[in-house]
Amino acid sequence: MFSGFFFHLRARGLKVGLTEWLALLRALARGHERANLGTFYSLARSLLVKKEAHYDLYDRAFAEWFGGLEDQYQLDEQLLQWLENPTLPRDLTDEEREQLQRMDLETLKEQFRERLRTQRERHDGGSKWIGTGGTSPFGHGGRNPQGIRVGGAGGGRSAVQIASERRFENLRGDRVLDVRQLGAALRRLRRLARDAGPEELDIDETIDKSAKNGGEIELVLRPPRKNRVKLLLLMDVGGSMDPHADTCERLFSAAHKSTHFQAFRHYFFHNCVYDRLYTDISRYQGPRTDEVLKQIDKSWTLVLVGDAWMGPYELGAESGGIAWGMSTSRTPGIEWLKRLAERPKASAWLNPEPRRIWNAPTVAVIRRVFPMFELTLDGLSAAVDHLRGARPTLPEPGLVP
Amino acid sequence: MLPAMAAKTFDGTAGYLASSDLRDAVNVAVDLEKPLLIKGEPGTGKTRLAEAVAEALGAPLLVWNVKSTSKAKDGLYVYDTVARLNDARFNDRDIRDIRQYIKYGPLGRALLSDERVVLLIDEVDKADLEFPNDLLHELDRMSFTVDETGEVVTARRRPIVIITSNNEKELPDAFLRRCVFHFIAFPDEEMMRDIVRVHQPDVEEKLLSSCLVRFYWLRKQPDIKKRPSTSELIDWIAALRRAGVPVERLEGELPFVGLLLKKEADVEALINVKTGKVRSIRQ
Repeated sequence: MFSGFFFHLRARGLKVGLTEWLALLRALARGHERANLGTFYSLARSLLVKKEAHYDLYDRAFAEWFGGLEDQYQLDEQLLQWLENPTLPRDLTDEEREQLQRMDLETLKEQFRERLRTQRERHDGGSKWIGTGGTSPFGHGGRNPQGIRVGGAGGGRSAVQIASERRFENLRGDRVLDVRQLGAALRRLRRLARDAGPEELDIDETIDKSAKNGGEIELVLRPPRKNRVKLLLLMDVGGSMDPHADTCERLFSAAHKSTHFQAFRHYFFHNCVYDRLYTDISRYQGPRTDEVLKQIDKSWTLVLVGDAWMGPYELGAESGGIAWGMSTSRTPGIEWLKRLAERPKASAWLNPEPRRIWNAPTVAVIRRVFPMFELTLDGLSAAVDHLRGARPTLPEPGLVP
Repeated sequence: MLPAMAAKTFDGTAGYLASSDLRDAVNVAVDLEKPLLIKGEPGTGKTRLAEAVAEALGAPLLVWNVKSTSKAKDGLYVYDTVARLNDARFNDRDIRDIRQYIKYGPLGRALLSDERVVLLIDEVDKADLEFPNDLLHELDRMSFTVDETGEVVTARRRPIVIITSNNEKELPDAFLRRCVFHFIAFPDEEMMRDIVRVHQPDVEEKLLSSCLVRFYWLRKQPDIKKRPSTSELIDWIAALRRAGVPVERLEGELPFVGLLLKKEADVEALINVKTGKVRSIRQ
């Protein structure tokens, strides 16, 4: 039952590692759950879940697993049972294996048995772990603002009910996109390097120089570290993007506000990029695309935002852009996109539409040119990893069903 | 193994109300000797928590305010080479003793302390991305070596480490794995009532209720970018009381709205809210 919960959480997409799980076992062995499912709920959450964006996932998994079991659920017995015959995941990392050895489950089991015995001997009025009217610092009687029942006080709602309320739904990483979070994700793009004017004292160099100088101090200054990333942001403002205007605006203001880029440029396009990019779409003002391309080199990172959803002729036909009055050249949109993709160091396409409709013809074509990511926090995070050339730290978000 | 569960536990203080799951998180972090990572909206009392824990457990508080230029090593110690060079040049002091040029940082002092201290590492996300990872070793082992003197400092009493983050950046997974995590949810109306009473014990019930209604209404407005937080509510109520604003006036308007909304754009957004409820906004 116990390890079942562990596997259940993992199956639901929560990256619970063995380190966290062992920490929970230690906490349980030391009586922190106070034989109460409500306390167990928040205890397990504080040790297993490390991002508020995952709170909702945890709530759902918890409600699924413990739903209907609240009454007969004997945490202590279950845990002891598990310790008798611990099942653990097979895909342990070396670090986890080492921790497992250090943990020593036997000792843990002894400690736990000892606690259970003490607990039974001194029941109510005891001073150690749980019980009503005891001197235990825990006890109940405190009102819990979140309404999780603590101790035996009646009238409260059960842990499962609480979990079912899903109070943290709006903190989910795949839903919320506020400027601040977007800014946080974008900041990870930065790559620090030293250039610009001298400002900091370089201790090592100073010592070297002074030593060579026969002890006469010679101060050496060096420029502070600066972010060297240059970001080119192109956003689709075509009609089909209207429902996403809000999200795009937020992404834009996050990128704009983030002062960490060495250079930041942004242009709009309408459905697809043709021979012009726009600084003001309503007045069709903006530079020629090839002029912009000339200024883009391998020090730039390109991010496009759009639903990649258009008529196939808009992408492939020579007159695709002309039909919309968006272009005077006969170069098809896809050609412009390919030219764009060649210039910068790395590029990514953020799509506000969910992944499941990415098989649409034009989306599929564009995906062959640009790596595509969902315009969600998780997606942006993955895109940033891709742009930095790092291995993704997040697995495919298991935020299914 | 660990000693028996910590004798003293954290239960909030007279000036700091903690929800029960926050109390549990603090206690389990203290007991398992893991750093406690606290996140939450601005104004939910993340920094105040460390003060309250220190007060409740009767331990001194050391604060390390992390800045964008902070390096993990600065928290341990700084070797003042320039001072030493200078002394060498002017023969001011005996420079053979390097120890006088070692200045311990907050983490270094926490580990050197004879008694258990509470160490607050405030706004850890402000520093470089690698900063939390660089701290891992010291936080795990609770010891460090002063390279210049070869001296090894090991904690006599493991400090209680509380780390706050404002979500400016993602924290590395290896770091997160070692922490106990708690997200301070914005207080609900009932909890907020208690919090206000801590600061304004004699506030009139009617005024408090109306203020809370208006406050939560304001927070729900989608056009308001910087939502008012607890401290702003407390200031606002204090101002209303001092000015003797009658409760009835809160029905139709929001006096001293500048105390709640700090951005001009938000005040404008509020004026634009066409509910008919707010007829005039007074600064």
